[in-house]
Amino acid sequence: MNSVAEKPRAASSAGRPAAFDYGSLALNIAGVIAGIAIWWALTASGAVGLPRPPDVLTRFIELAGNGQLLRDTAASLARVLAGFLLGVLLAIPVGFAMGWYKVARALVEPYLQFFRMIPPLAIIPLAIVTMGIEETPKIFVIFLASFLASVVATYQGVISVDRTMINAARVLGAGDFTIFRRVVVPASTPFILVGVRIGLGSAWATVVAAELIAAQSGLGYRMQQAQLYYDLPTIFVSLFAIGILGLAMDRALQAIERRLTIWQERI
Amino acid sequence: MTPKIVFDNVSRRFDLKGSSFLALDRFSLDVGDGEFVTVVGPSGCGKSTALNIAAGLLEASDGRVTVDGRPVSGPGPERGMIFQQYALFPWLTVRDNVEFGLRIRGEPAARRREIAERFIDLVGLSQFADALPKTLSGGMKQRCAIARAYAVDPVILLMDEPFGALDALTRVQLQDQLLETWSRERRTVMFITHDVDEAVYLANRVVVMAARPGRLQEVIEVDLPYPRTEQIRLSPEFAAIRNRVWHAVYHQPPAAQAAR
Ligand SMILES: Nc1ncnc2c1ncn2[C@@H]1O[C@H](COP(=O)(O)OP(=O)(O)O)[C@@H](O)[C@H]1O
Ligand SMILES: [Mg+2]
Repeated sequence: MNSVAEKPRAASSAGRPAAFDYGSLALNIAGVIAGIAIWWALTASGAVGLPRPPDVLTRFIELAGNGQLLRDTAASLARVLAGFLLGVLLAIPVGFAMGWYKVARALVEPYLQFFRMIPPLAIIPLAIVTMGIEETPKIFVIFLASFLASVVATYQGVISVDRTMINAARVLGAGDFTIFRRVVVPASTPFILVGVRIGLGSAWATVVAAELIAAQSGLGYRMQQAQLYYDLPTIFVSLFAIGILGLAMDRALQAIERRLTIWQERI
Repeated sequence: MTPKIVFDNVSRRFDLKGSSFLALDRFSLDVGDGEFVTVVGPSGCGKSTALNIAAGLLEASDGRVTVDGRPVSGPGPERGMIFQQYALFPWLTVRDNVEFGLRIRGEPAARRREIAERFIDLVGLSQFADALPKTLSGGMKQRCAIARAYAVDPVILLMDEPFGALDALTRVQLQDQLLETWSRERRTVMFITHDVDEAVYLANRVVVMAARPGRLQEVIEVDLPYPRTEQIRLSPEFAAIRNRVWHAVYHQPPAAQAAR
């Protein structure tokens, strides 16, 4: 075939990471420093009833040193991961079944719509009464939160797979199972990963709230205890831990997402 | 010569909210072995419907299509198809796209690679074998799709406006490349287009269809030699045939009432 002057659009730059944006990073850091400075200025006079940054830092060192912070974090993380993994592992097959089989969709849809309208936390009283005060009700609530978030995304992913792509596979000789495995699953991966990220976010939000209501350990429980003693530095340390861990988990998932969907055309 | 593809009074109705719509009305056509047939006609005249029935992606309401004497039921790798939207698998490289059908057929890796290599080379994409589709231009994507269709060794190629989304220059290049590929790897081709020039340039015969209901209007022989060149494209003979096709497409008599 004669060679043509046609050039690929971005073959040379494909896969090369974008240049790191140092300007933005500098501004990020400046913003954080400014925020801490304002916090310090406001609290130094004692006018606002909040702890000063050094108080929080001292408490952090204390809690980190005696292992308390680690134990609380581990307890919260363990619940989140258990509930989240169960939720996602169930959501993916259920989402696929709903997208693939009309019957499954019709059977599951009403429950999905209904439970989506109930904040997961509202299930806690029921869960405690029926499942006791141990780990089960908390994990169940987190499971529910992450399941609901991921199942919808998976289902959306399956029903939005391009019909032409499925037809292309069929004329190449693919049967239903092959189409599912080699076309539907990869094509819906980006949707599933978005769902998983939303699921993790809602699981993390739910665990802390669940611990505020009913727990004997965890970051939420620690805050609830600190509240009883007006122990503001401990509350601050816990809040920071929650925020930073949530951010770290989201970033980790985002990195995985980018790796797995490198093939997507981004505009 | 026994025909390769036979459309035997093929009709197709679509049910729309109770009423039924006749998209294709008793369409009959014989396509010879190794022939290049193009199909033109106004939008909605049932071109894609006829092609999809031949591909086995759609069932005929009436009549039937046979390929090599066997009635079509369901899609199969002996009938390759190429779509306007390329329909490449974006998560696979050019090579893996071309190997897709071979993998389904259970070919061992070495054989897959060998076959893929050959067809990637045939469409001129060797340099981009390991590229992802997103890095390719539209024309290159379609060449990859053509290699993918060829790789499973189909006896017929069904192409639904394959160059419809490309700019005019790329389109002309791909027409020449397709004809060259076809001359080296001869297959029976049924090629849909809405471009009268393209229809005449590529074909042994041009099938003109009419709408409401979708039906065969006229079959026009293209009595021009291969290989087709720019000289042929600009010749008065070419112009004469193009004018005939143009008239058949754009000055169609109103539908026969009896057809409904
Ligand atoms: N799945 C479908 N359901 C209902 N009507 C359809 C469907 N597919 C095609 N049609 C109708 O059938 C007619 C022929 O369609 P098509 O074969 O796609 O036309 P062409 O490819 O010639 O533009 C059109 O009027 C179209 O609206
Ligand atoms: Mg069409």
